[in-house]
Amino acid sequence: MKKQLSYIDSVHRDGRIWSLSIMGLMLLYPLAVALIFGAVPDGKGLLVGLGATAPMYWAVGIVETFTFVPMLGAGGSYISFITGNISNLKLPCALSAMDQMGVKANSEEGEVISTIAIAVSSIVTTLIIVLGVILIVPLTPVLNAPVLAPAFANLLPALFGGLGVVFISRNWKLALVPLLLMTVLFIFVPALGSGEVGIMAPVCVVLTVALARFMYKKNML
Amino acid sequence: MEFSVNHPILFVLSGILIFVVLVQSVYFLVKALRRARELGMEKTKLKKLILSAAAFTVAPAVAIVISVITLSKDLGVALPWLRLSVIGSLSYETMAATNAVGAMDMTFGSSSLNASQFVTVVIVMTVGIMVGIWLVPLIGKRLQNGMISMEKRDKKWSEIFTNAMFIGMISAFVGYVVCDVSLSFKGDFTGLIPVAVAFTSVVVMLLCGLAVKKLKWRWLSEYALPISLVLGMAAAIPITAWLS
Repeated sequence: MKKQLSYIDSVHRDGRIWSLSIMGLMLLYPLAVALIFGAVPDGKGLLVGLGATAPMYWAVGIVETFTFVPMLGAGGSYISFITGNISNLKLPCALSAMDQMGVKANSEEGEVISTIAIAVSSIVTTLIIVLGVILIVPLTPVLNAPVLAPAFANLLPALFGGLGVVFISRNWKLALVPLLLMTVLFIFVPALGSGEVGIMAPVCVVLTVALARFMYKKNML
Repeated sequence: MEFSVNHPILFVLSGILIFVVLVQSVYFLVKALRRARELGMEKTKLKKLILSAAAFTVAPAVAIVISVITLSKDLGVALPWLRLSVIGSLSYETMAATNAVGAMDMTFGSSSLNASQFVTVVIVMTVGIMVGIWLVPLIGKRLQNGMISMEKRDKKWSEIFTNAMFIGMISAFVGYVVCDVSLSFKGDFTGLIPVAVAFTSVVVMLLCGLAVKKLKWRWLSEYALPISLVLGMAAAIPITAWLS
């Protein structure tokens, strides 16, 4: 008799099929363009371009997979690692949803709620971008208006301010050291700017987990 | 066929791929909603969750549309539409395109691309960031099983572990907020703008929490984050005018 898969196992099975199929389609896109227009990719452009781009982003991608998957859950990960914008949209959305529903991230309820929030967020994002593309001519002067520029330039501080206060206030003992450390590092180390946050996020996650382990063992949490 | 970065065929190809990605999200949404009902979660609560997730997404999604507009000047509309709907971000796509175009002895943004250059840019953009999409299927289940066995071994530590990950993530973004503060040591106060915006968002969030507790405005708790996000962003306009 065929064994009945658990919900989580079926999410992994379906997620694998979806991810690998979409990966195949993504690779077919340049191939289709090349065939339709009879174009051959530039060998030097490919080698040097990939050499300058891939090593850093592949390294970040590997670290991100290890740090984000436990936070996003299975379903949320399979969607997020395809639709992107994880740290600035999908993860905050999932965190806020789990908080709103009062469920723990590593429970089946948390898995389900995280998936719902991330799927809704991905669908809404895709539809808004479609709308933006259709209305690109009338929208361009509105969205590029200088008066609105500061609002969109400050999306991340506005997002992490509201989200941060909720989680930090509940875990202030644990948050104190990483918060201070990141504040001091980003203010006084000139090499650390806004572009380095993506790289520093997994580093800070690992440091905070190590600190949490230490504090837990010393009965400080 | 004569190539143009805005050729209708490119829109059709991008549209097909984006549609498949959209169907994937709908598939997992339906699957998770069914499971949520099986687990006894209330329909009304789930509806509210969907509405608040959608409301929260609007402002960041509009910011992505702005990125599409920015990139469309050099790459046409179809490719940025695809790249920013699937995996990408403005900073990554700009860097990947600049690297690819630079490798072909051109300057990104200075001349229009032919078909061969366009295909080269697309391959660099696609392959240069293609990690999570195959790595999650490869190790996602093992990572999750590790979390589950940790939960079984020590429930309290498992909870602290997850919270520590969230806190680590949020702390790194505090770095983003303060990274230009040092400019104020030289008399340039623009670096304080993100700090003031984050502070505004914190105050709005706290006021929302207060209204939920004292005034019993329970409905507000579901929208507190989108409200603090939008009001924080709106506050950036006068704050920027003041500190610039």
